[in-house]
Amino acid sequence: MIEALVFYFFSAVLVASSLAVITVRNPVHAALFLVLAFFTAAGIWILLEAEFLAIVLVLVYVGAVMVLFLFVVMMLDINIAKLREGIWAWLPFGALLAIVMVIEMWVVLGSERFGLAGTIAPEGHPAGYSNTRELGRLIYTHYVYPFEIAAVILLVAIVSAIALTLRRRKGTKSQIASEQLAARREKRVRLVSMTSGKE
Amino acid sequence: MMAYFQGLFGESWPLVWTLVKIVVLTLPIMGTVAYLTLAERKVIGYIQVRIGPNRVGPRGLLQPIADAVKILLKEIIIPSSANKFLFILAPVLAIAPALVAWAVVPFSPELVLSNIDAGLLFILAATSMGVYGVIVAGWASNSKYAFLGAIRSSAQIVSYEIAMGFALVGVLMVSHSLNLGEIVKGQAGGGFWNWYFIPLFPLFLVYLISGVAETNRAPFDVAEGETEIVAGFHVEYSGMTFSVFYLAEYANMILVSALCALMFLGGWLPPFNFAPFTWIPGFLWLLLKIAFILFLFLWFRATFPRYRYDQIMRLGWKVFIPVTLVWIVVVGAWMQTPLWLW
Repeated sequence: MIEALVFYFFSAVLVASSLAVITVRNPVHAALFLVLAFFTAAGIWILLEAEFLAIVLVLVYVGAVMVLFLFVVMMLDINIAKLREGIWAWLPFGALLAIVMVIEMWVVLGSERFGLAGTIAPEGHPAGYSNTRELGRLIYTHYVYPFEIAAVILLVAIVSAIALTLRRRKGTKSQIASEQLAARREKRVRLVSMTSGKE
Repeated sequence: MMAYFQGLFGESWPLVWTLVKIVVLTLPIMGTVAYLTLAERKVIGYIQVRIGPNRVGPRGLLQPIADAVKILLKEIIIPSSANKFLFILAPVLAIAPALVAWAVVPFSPELVLSNIDAGLLFILAATSMGVYGVIVAGWASNSKYAFLGAIRSSAQIVSYEIAMGFALVGVLMVSHSLNLGEIVKGQAGGGFWNWYFIPLFPLFLVYLISGVAETNRAPFDVAEGETEIVAGFHVEYSGMTFSVFYLAEYANMILVSALCALMFLGGWLPPFNFAPFTWIPGFLWLLLKIAFILFLFLWFRATFPRYRYDQIMRLGWKVFIPVTLVWIVVVGAWMQTPLWLW
């Protein structure tokens, strides 16, 4: 009973905040609504006893990805009027795209496949069941090759992203910490003993 | 008496009982936060050969209460053209994660609000939410100084979180568990030589220093940087909204200290497993360890000058992350040999 109430509460917040992401005008507000959407999605996963995935969702998407998103959105000077230019010209195309996507989602996620008939409702786990341990076991035994391939793809993406943005300009003055630390007094300061002009 | 209340609330009893426990946990934390501010002023005072606050109450002991009353009576100023809703929401976003994380912190083998399996991850997730308070405050204030502070702070927190996370990976490797209670129990047995800070010494240092950086404390307080950007992200805040940021900073300090004590310094375990050390209850040992690390925080602030921004980034990315990565490999190899004693 309480579980159902919590589920409907989270679902309502999730749907409302996702709608807000695409309808609010201010991009910073949109990003913050997306944070709320991620957070409530994590809440729903907790209800499914998938606590590892739920917490990782918050940790990775809310804690890191969305922070960088906000970072960028706040620094950009977005001209909303310009963004809204030509909305009527593109509307038929956009609407067609939306209809195609809805049909695709219907086909993939429709009630024949994801309904109660197709998939059985998951049963509650016994006490002492560790979600994290089970996930680790599956990833490193059954799904080890897909997992490693995904990891390698990610690594390549990281390296190429850095390589694309790395530009060395000539003549920049950056500090080299090891050189600074290696500085010694004897090399920098010369003490000169001078006789004073007057006796 | 318990049975009486249980009958009174009937069905909703578990909910009410949990709420009671939350209040019993939160009130002492807020009290500790208040007196930590006094401790900070006293400790730094003595380090700088001053006396510190000594006017309000005996030896200045009522100073935090006087401060609280003063701040409650102050006017909350909202800058014109600031985003009002987000401006008020930001301090809430700052303090809520700092308090939420306490839900899984165990004070003794039985004394824990919620004994969940993924406790360590929960704490990482909760503390990573804290940065939103700073960013939203900086943006909603509609002020350049506040925005600069927010940008600095978010970059700093995101970079140090990686090192912090890797330090925790080391802890969960040796303890085989994400449950904080289990992590402490894994350090039981002998005395202090069984605690994880010995095999994980580099990770312990990285965690402690990253903790200082995560809480925006000196010498990593460039988000405030009063000499460069006035007061950083909370320059436009006044009265209670300002003090909520302040409370969040201190609550985070206590949280980081508690985690450090639990994961590396044996939590509630005594340093020697014989009398008189075993006479002192475990709860007090944990408090002593937390107090010690908090003292380190204050000591750092009084001792080190503020880092330059590029030095902070260099330390985080080029020193801490490689150190943690190497040490995880070392620990992994070490655990496979008979030389592993923990």
